[in-house]
Amino acid sequence: MTAKEFESTPSPHLTLPSSPKQRDLRAYLPHAIVWVVLLTAPLWMPLVGGYTLLATRVLVLAMAAMGLNLLLGYAGALSFGQAAFFGLGGYAAGETLMHLAPSTPLALLIGMLTGGVIAAILGPIAVRLRGIYFAMITIAFGQAFYFIVVNWNSFTGGEDGLLGFSRQPLHFDTMTVPLSGINYYYLTLFCFAVVAALVAALLRSPLGHAFIAVRENERRLQFFGVKAGTLLWIAFTISGFIAGLAGALYAQLNNFISPAALHWTLSGDFVMMCVLGGMRSFWGPLLGAGIYVVAENLLSSYTDNWMSLLGLMFILIVLFFPKGVLGILRVRVKA
Amino acid sequence: MELLLFNVLNGLLLGVFYALMAMGLSLILGLNRIINFAHGGFLALAGYLAYTLLPYLGFFGALIVAPLLTAVLGVLVERFLIRRLYGRDPLFSLLLTFGLVLIMEDMIRTVWGAQGLPLQTPAILQSALSQTYFFITGYRVLILAIAVAFSIGLLLFLRYTKVGLRILAGASDLDTIAALGVNIYQLRAISFAAGIFLAGIAGVLAAGWQGLTPQMGDALIMPSFVAIIVGGVGSLLGSLLGGLLIGVASGVTSAFYPQASQLVIYLIMALVLAIRPRGLLGKKGVFE
Repeated sequence: MTAKEFESTPSPHLTLPSSPKQRDLRAYLPHAIVWVVLLTAPLWMPLVGGYTLLATRVLVLAMAAMGLNLLLGYAGALSFGQAAFFGLGGYAAGETLMHLAPSTPLALLIGMLTGGVIAAILGPIAVRLRGIYFAMITIAFGQAFYFIVVNWNSFTGGEDGLLGFSRQPLHFDTMTVPLSGINYYYLTLFCFAVVAALVAALLRSPLGHAFIAVRENERRLQFFGVKAGTLLWIAFTISGFIAGLAGALYAQLNNFISPAALHWTLSGDFVMMCVLGGMRSFWGPLLGAGIYVVAENLLSSYTDNWMSLLGLMFILIVLFFPKGVLGILRVRVKA
Repeated sequence: MELLLFNVLNGLLLGVFYALMAMGLSLILGLNRIINFAHGGFLALAGYLAYTLLPYLGFFGALIVAPLLTAVLGVLVERFLIRRLYGRDPLFSLLLTFGLVLIMEDMIRTVWGAQGLPLQTPAILQSALSQTYFFITGYRVLILAIAVAFSIGLLLFLRYTKVGLRILAGASDLDTIAALGVNIYQLRAISFAAGIFLAGIAGVLAAGWQGLTPQMGDALIMPSFVAIIVGGVGSLLGSLLGGLLIGVASGVTSAFYPQASQLVIYLIMALVLAIRPRGLLGKKGVFE
């Protein structure tokens, strides 16, 4: 094997968040902008021709992509089966609402646990492999679950998908909040914020630095006596939890979940979102998900051949903008 | 008994297609280091080209010309798109071929329509060869014969010709054969074209068996990945055996429990991975 060909070229700029002392106001500015944009989205979305559902969709997909990016952008492992955990989380949430208890928080919790636990179980097999072989095995895992869901008609509704559940109002001590479109957006945003904060904290921790070390030089880690496989397994599991939660939110966004949510093409879309936005950037997956959802929406409303245009977009990005939007921006700023 | 035999034969036919796909994929994976998601797209394209060429060339003419045309397209794709990605993160070739799948499927749908089409096979091949075993038609025997011929042909080509040996050598150490003066760009183009050609043959044969749909490649590519994993990454013979194994297993399962006929493929994969992580015939060190 030509080792050289396989190692990803080390990027000159690592996205390690710098230590607190060095950070000044300017470092906080991008984050502040992101949060202001997200918090006010239901206000300005209608003005630019969007709608709240679209914004919620972006957040949900961005969450899954952000989880995937732990593997893809930071640990450097090419997971192409993320949709499996996403879809399973969605189905788990739907089944919870239908059979267990009509409670949205419980459905989210169970969806998240389903994605995470299954990732934790499958992880040890997958992390023995690297590079394209890791990609292949994760695709195969994903398709296995796809076929389980398609063929287990009595439980999952088969090809037609799972219908007949709906998100439930949130009950607090003194009041009940109905989950209308806008309220559901803010619930999703809350979940997204929690996930983003945890991921940011993780990336700043020694564990997060170790993920990057796996990507940059696995052999040197071995010399240190660190098992890269274990680190990858941790990243794989965390990303499974996040994908499960995102899937649970997705199922309740549409009050419907279909096998398409587990299909490998959605896994490919998640990978594309990370690359599109910039997979070495913290907010890359969010930006990528935004661009992806808007592009898909616009193209499919203008032309029947939107799939070709989407495919063309993939190819052009791979050939000419492999660093993604934020990667390009960062180079510009530095230059 | 007849039912079982029927399903075994069906499984064997499925396995033949998995194997042809898997061997092509495996060839490209070995030398070009590319997971070619678009393999299924090329397969479908060859089937549709054969559909268009059939009135002019007849079935057997189309069976040869359509895969050749597809292979030429493959060479162009390799030359202008994939060649730029050699040596880069495998992520990018994955995404590029993923984009290609979208385009090819959409183009097929635009040109030939989303509805399924039949591919007319010669009348002489359609009749059953035996009264008792009505399902053994000439066409099914032809599929098996052609697939066996091409599989053996490929293995012999790799083993006994200069180019074939260079492809094998390149798959295990590209840097060295490049240093020895072999034109690895040409070599990669040849191996890519050969892989696409096999997919094209499979596409035309499959179209004659089960008809044409724009998504016909989709249903075949995932089992082909599994065939590679089960057979062992890096071994073409392994891909062949893996494809046949999961095809037959899937066929037999559909006799007893049709719902699990796809799932059993992945169960076999899980089993093989648990017992022998590098696959049936996998070489040591490739699985890293």
